[in-house]
Amino acid sequence: MIHLAIVSVLVIISTVLLGLFLTTADILPAQASVQAETVDWLFGIHWWFIAFFVSLITVFILYSVIVFRRRKGERGDGKYMTGNHNLEILWTVVPIAIVLWMAVIGASTLADVERRDPQAITVDVFASQWVWRFEYTVQVTGESGEQILTAVSSDTLFLPNNQQVVLRLHSEDVIHSFFVPEFRVKQDVLPGGEEFVRELRVTPKLLGTFKVRCAEICGRLHYDMQADVTVVNGSEFNAWLVEQAAGCNLTDAECGQRWAQTYGCIACHSINGDEGVGPTWLGLIGSEVLLTDGSTVIADEEYLLTSVLDPNAHIVASFQPGIMPQDFDERLSELQILQIIAFIMSLESE
Amino acid sequence: MRFFSTGLFRGLVAQLLGTIVGMTFVMAVRVMMGLPAWSAEASVQEPVLVGGVLIGAISFLVGVGIFNDWFKWARGIPTTDSIEPDPAKPNWMRYFSVDYDHKVIGIQYGITSILLLGIGGTLAMLFRTELASSGITFLNSDIFETILGYSSEHLFNTLMSLHGIVMIASILLGVGALSNYLLPLLIGANDMAFPRLNSFGFWVNVPGAIILVSSMFFGGFDTGWVGYPPLSLRAPIGMQMFLIGVYLVGLSSISGAINVIVTTFTMRAKGMSMFKMPIFVWAALATAFIQFTATQLIGLSFQLVLLERLFGMNFFDATAGGDPILYQHLFWFYSHPAVYVFILPGLGIISELLPVFARKPLFGYRWIALSSMAIGLVGFFVWAHHMFASGMSPYLRIPFMYATLLVAVPTGVKFFSWVGTLWEAKLTLPTPMLFALGAIIIFLLGGVTGPPLGTIATDLHLHDTYFVVGHFHNTMFGGYIFPFFAALYFWFPKLTGRMYNEKLGKLHFWAMWIAFMVLTIGMLFIGLQGMRRRVVDYDLDLGFDSTHLIMTIAGFVIFFSVVVCLINLIVSARRGKEAKGNVWNSRSPEWQISSPPPLHNYAQPFEVVGEPYDYGLPNSTYVNMSPAPSGAQGAE
Repeated sequence: MIHLAIVSVLVIISTVLLGLFLTTADILPAQASVQAETVDWLFGIHWWFIAFFVSLITVFILYSVIVFRRRKGERGDGKYMTGNHNLEILWTVVPIAIVLWMAVIGASTLADVERRDPQAITVDVFASQWVWRFEYTVQVTGESGEQILTAVSSDTLFLPNNQQVVLRLHSEDVIHSFFVPEFRVKQDVLPGGEEFVRELRVTPKLLGTFKVRCAEICGRLHYDMQADVTVVNGSEFNAWLVEQAAGCNLTDAECGQRWAQTYGCIACHSINGDEGVGPTWLGLIGSEVLLTDGSTVIADEEYLLTSVLDPNAHIVASFQPGIMPQDFDERLSELQILQIIAFIMSLESE
Repeated sequence: MRFFSTGLFRGLVAQLLGTIVGMTFVMAVRVMMGLPAWSAEASVQEPVLVGGVLIGAISFLVGVGIFNDWFKWARGIPTTDSIEPDPAKPNWMRYFSVDYDHKVIGIQYGITSILLLGIGGTLAMLFRTELASSGITFLNSDIFETILGYSSEHLFNTLMSLHGIVMIASILLGVGALSNYLLPLLIGANDMAFPRLNSFGFWVNVPGAIILVSSMFFGGFDTGWVGYPPLSLRAPIGMQMFLIGVYLVGLSSISGAINVIVTTFTMRAKGMSMFKMPIFVWAALATAFIQFTATQLIGLSFQLVLLERLFGMNFFDATAGGDPILYQHLFWFYSHPAVYVFILPGLGIISELLPVFARKPLFGYRWIALSSMAIGLVGFFVWAHHMFASGMSPYLRIPFMYATLLVAVPTGVKFFSWVGTLWEAKLTLPTPMLFALGAIIIFLLGGVTGPPLGTIATDLHLHDTYFVVGHFHNTMFGGYIFPFFAALYFWFPKLTGRMYNEKLGKLHFWAMWIAFMVLTIGMLFIGLQGMRRRVVDYDLDLGFDSTHLIMTIAGFVIFFSVVVCLINLIVSARRGKEAKGNVWNSRSPEWQISSPPPLHNYAQPFEVVGEPYDYGLPNSTYVNMSPAPSGAQGAE
């Protein structure tokens, strides 16, 4: 009995120390959403159970190894005891009760995390290899005073603080996953159209810039599929939306640069001459391009237009066909495509 | 060279020739269909290579001679159930040819498993080196691109994916090694129930493993070992080699499981009721039930991907009416229970070893035995916990959360019973016992990190992070790797009749145990911080560099500790101290006969007269090795 008393005290001490360490050390990232508070509360309960069960088993085993070790020259066997049904029933029933309770609070925290706010604003998230794009719908006043809805695209996810957002997740190719560690939520992004659109609700509560990173392996540049998530005040957010909705009133090449960023062109085509998944744009215009079939072609404006609309028409030597999406005529307006080409044409080699 | 007359060599030659014949056949069919026979395009090469590889695998099996007896039966020629060793040939040749002796097959499984462990470990060292610091600094070396012809990012994805699946194949073969070598010895049988099927079960792994590893040279694959479509529909031809390789290894699981189940039910010694079996047999039986009923599902899901790629059958392509989530259900319906295939035998080894070194009965034998069955059963109802973030029906997640958390109960019973076994014992700590105890602590970490992944709200943060990586490496090392080495050291004298070097064994244990704890705590920690799985690089400003560096060093320590172990065992097998008798003073029947065991195990059937683990009960034995012959013999 004295052994049991000593071990019990050691288990309690160890549980308290380990539990305090796990709950006070900063082992989780910053808490940047309302949902994160609920999730972290549940983590806190897990830490105490982990502290207790790790202590219970480890202390008992370490104590046995030290105290019940065979001394030098000692003979004979250990105490003959084959089991104890009451104990076995106890350590079956008590854990069943604990896990059922965990499951109940697991379900209620999930309900909390997914609680819907009817005032939530909607952002459409488009994931494709290896780019995030975010689309907002804004109501603007037209020339003759009528209200029209217009879509605003961005390569940064701007979110208003203290306002629930419904992210409607679309994939244009393979499965991706939307993950911002500071928000504590994650949802896979599925291809296949409206039927496969999934929603993720998050209510930011911390101003600042975070990163959304793809969490489901999606091919070669999966590791680098990331975008900024910027949480700003509501007024700032509205001002930003209005500014975006006004469209691009810069020069063609400058607008083209903006679209190339938003729609992810530069994830594969570098603008500084670096090798990428696709040919670099630096110095492309007017150059002689070697194709996989051995022929060469001069990269003029028409060549660029063909390559955007029908990427497999000319495949440049040492690059793979079928990688670039073939639906840019649907994704972009004619003006946007022409502006992107104007941007490419501005990238002359020095 | 004697090697050229072995079945293995004939099989390899046949596989090469068969692959060429198969490719020629597909090209001929293509020409008749008016399609190009061959070109630089992957879409043309893929059907040709897949056809070739499939015919090659069958040719290997014909060449190695596994079908010989079945061919003889078809022609009405009688055969015998064991292949007697030819005294003119050296003994080692038995291990490179078809042999029906379960001990030979067990060792064949074991050696192949360790080879795959080496390959899988080497792959891990390559990408661990890359991860040691942020920025792509190692895999972008020109050497890799020259040999394999693909980018550093794709190389990482391929190495990581292959590491996963090669290790799984290694574990499945290791499980086969344990159950094939031990089961007949433990229950008093002279062999497995179906010796030919048993040998088939081993040999089908060889072309399977070759094809699997060859995927590296067919463009690799970048999907992780899970192979989710639509990504797996777009991956290079290496994807097909992965699918076919796993398919073949799966055939081995199913045929091996049939043998374990039938052998356990029909070939036990006299007096060995189910609750008097050595506890490992219960674990092997539960494992076999899972393998026998679940493996078909991974075969099916891989077959569907293979067909979708080859013939454009749109099972999983959502734009054509397929469903990508369907694949995940089919895949995890096997791949979650498979985790219990990996760990149940290991937990059985722990339960088997503790009483021997504690000199005490196994605490709650029946509870431990039935908890294996309970884990096996509940394991079938938890698969969708891998899919909480997948976008499946949100309400479906709740029942899977309940079932998942329930797994903790039978697992807990094992832990508590082990503690009960050690309490007031007379412990000794030779290498096998150290590995068994080390396994318990590591598996404990794997156990307690499970519930945060089981409750959905916390899982949505942890899913696809290094926390998951840490959790399952804990379960694999605690549930398989450490127990496997425990078993290797424990039965090494039985296998070879010689003793391993105790000092090197202990060095192996302490180096591997400490390094693994460092590695896994690092994984869990950065996972909580949001470090994603399956990425070749991470941002410097995440602050993970130093943790990753420490983890990489720990990884190398684990690697080299295994090298120490292998050197120890190889040298000891030739020059170790002789250990012919019952070196551990065990009650188990296999230790009551000579080491290595005679060709047909027990010269006469033994009889079970007591409980298997009654250590500490004076004047009791488990088995009577020379029972009086039953019934009157002769007229005396």
